[in-house]
Amino acid sequence: MTLRIPRRLSGEGGIARVNRDKDAVLPYVEVATEGEKTPAPPPGFWTRRERAILGCLGVAVTLGLWEGIAALRLVDPLFLSAPSRIVRAGASMFASGEIWTDLRVSGLEFAAGYGMALVGIPLGILLGWYRRLYYLVDPILSALYATPRVALLPLLIIWLGIGIWSKIAVVFLGAVFPILLSTVAAVRTTDPRLLRAAHSFGASDLQIFRTIVLPGSVPLPGSVPFIITGLRRGGGRALVGVVVGEMVAATAGIGLMISIAGNTFQTDRVFVGIFLIAAAGVAMVEALTRLERRFEKWRPPVGTGV
Amino acid sequence: MPRAKLEADGIVLEYQQPRTGSCFRALDGIRLRLEEGEFACVVGPSGCGKTSFLHIVGGLLRPTAGRILIGGRPVTGPRPELAMVFQEPSLLPWRTVIGNITYGLELQGRATPEAIRRAGEIVALVGLAGFESHYPHELSGGMQQRVNLARALAVDPEVLLMDEPFAALDAQTRELMQQELLRIWRDAGKTVLFVTHQINEAIYLADRVVVLSGRPGQVKAEVVVDLPRPRPLSIKRQARFLEIEDRIWGLIEMDARRALLTGTSIPAPSA
Ligand SMILES: Nc1ncnc2c1ncn2[C@@H]1O[C@H](COP(=O)(O)OP(=O)(O)OP(=O)(O)O)[C@@H](O)[C@H]1O
Ligand SMILES: [Mg+2]
Repeated sequence: MTLRIPRRLSGEGGIARVNRDKDAVLPYVEVATEGEKTPAPPPGFWTRRERAILGCLGVAVTLGLWEGIAALRLVDPLFLSAPSRIVRAGASMFASGEIWTDLRVSGLEFAAGYGMALVGIPLGILLGWYRRLYYLVDPILSALYATPRVALLPLLIIWLGIGIWSKIAVVFLGAVFPILLSTVAAVRTTDPRLLRAAHSFGASDLQIFRTIVLPGSVPLPGSVPFIITGLRRGGGRALVGVVVGEMVAATAGIGLMISIAGNTFQTDRVFVGIFLIAAAGVAMVEALTRLERRFEKWRPPVGTGV
Repeated sequence: MPRAKLEADGIVLEYQQPRTGSCFRALDGIRLRLEEGEFACVVGPSGCGKTSFLHIVGGLLRPTAGRILIGGRPVTGPRPELAMVFQEPSLLPWRTVIGNITYGLELQGRATPEAIRRAGEIVALVGLAGFESHYPHELSGGMQQRVNLARALAVDPEVLLMDEPFAALDAQTRELMQQELLRIWRDAGKTVLFVTHQINEAIYLADRVVVLSGRPGQVKAEVVVDLPRPRPLSIKRQARFLEIEDRIWGLIEMDARRALLTGTSIPAPSA
């Protein structure tokens, strides 16, 4: 049996072998240092890829079943569509170019609204740092956060029209509160033990802010992005904002496309829209996870806490 | 009489209970004098207010009554000639070992190339050479505690306030660190106020052991340790050492028993 000792424990990244001699009273551990080459057998193809393989298998089986149900006409394809039909519909929409306008409009609404919502980071820092300011606006923030932002759509449409601005506004409102509130929480939960240590060296408020509060709450190089949680949740809300906003009233966009296709029983096209949105959501989560990992080198593995 | 380096005069501390609003007296008239270059240890049962007292001396906590004088001047806040080694983990998790050690220097605007170079030496002094670019979570508890010590040493303070700095270390490392601390103390001529649970640690290190009684914390006795220096580790088994240990244990036994009954504890003298 060969054990790989984590670098952190061994300090050398060595390889240990537990020897189970018949004569030995207790199994003993041999630690081989880097010098003595003791190549570990490469993990099998299956163990390395197990997760990806099983994931793909799950998707393939689901799609296969779906296709089968449609092919056997167990359910009318008018209702259920089928993977092959969706692919065909998608291909023709991309080929004719009609979908590009919708994609561009939706993408723009999302990017603009979400980008503006990043103002929640500096605002959150401000509110987290100045306790009284936070007390002042907390009730309003909490109420707005608890209200489904899409309920404000009719108002936004009256104020901003059915063009992209009403959607940008609803995306912004959807994303800004999670981002803002998680920044506030990150700043307010700054570890008092760190503050005390800084104070003992005579740190000024500004120094404490720069060396503890900021690195502890905001994604800056060499710091911790606790607010990535907020960015992720804000991103989800933003996506909902785009789709629902366009379904309610719009001149273009994926949400509108789905809505029209739905009203005219073009199930294949509805599914094309759904898959596009799902892909956008997955891509966003993935991007944020990668961003998080870049800041993570100082952080203990999940579960051990700091 | 020479002017004391550090003087605590009638320190009283009351904590306000947040729920009941009533007052809880944690420290009751602590009086203490440390001469320049003296090494004093404070022992006492858990919860008797040792940490609170150290925070007051360090200017982090305002006493309800009484005052602290450093070199004859009253303390109103943190002072650059003092440095603290905290009982609780207080390293910045996003800074490496060396980044943490130079943190105090940085805050005091003294991170000169010379000071940074000295910080490098201190890393070796506390036995962390080779770990400079590790993050705190990659270190053992004992190693983290040594970074804590190094951070305080890096600012080259006149007075070191240490709150159970070796409590998290295993027995062997603790003894080596005790020896190391005495060497640093002798070479650098610092005044040290050292809090510990362990009576034999206190005796080994100190010129004088201040024994606190529990709840509210009061100075019960001051025991002068007249063992010669430098002290080899084997001194802990000499008759004179054990005699002093017995005496201190006798002084706090009642408190320790009471603490045990009320759910707090102090280790036996042999611990
Ligand atoms: N912030 C606080 N608010 C209220 N009570 C406190 C606070 N900090 C400490 N106390 C109380 O004051 C007493 C002294 O606490 P302190 O931490 O100074 O004890 P200690 O002697 O350092 O204990 P230990 O040896 O366990 O570290 C304890 O009874 C504790 O419950
Ligand atoms: Mg304490």
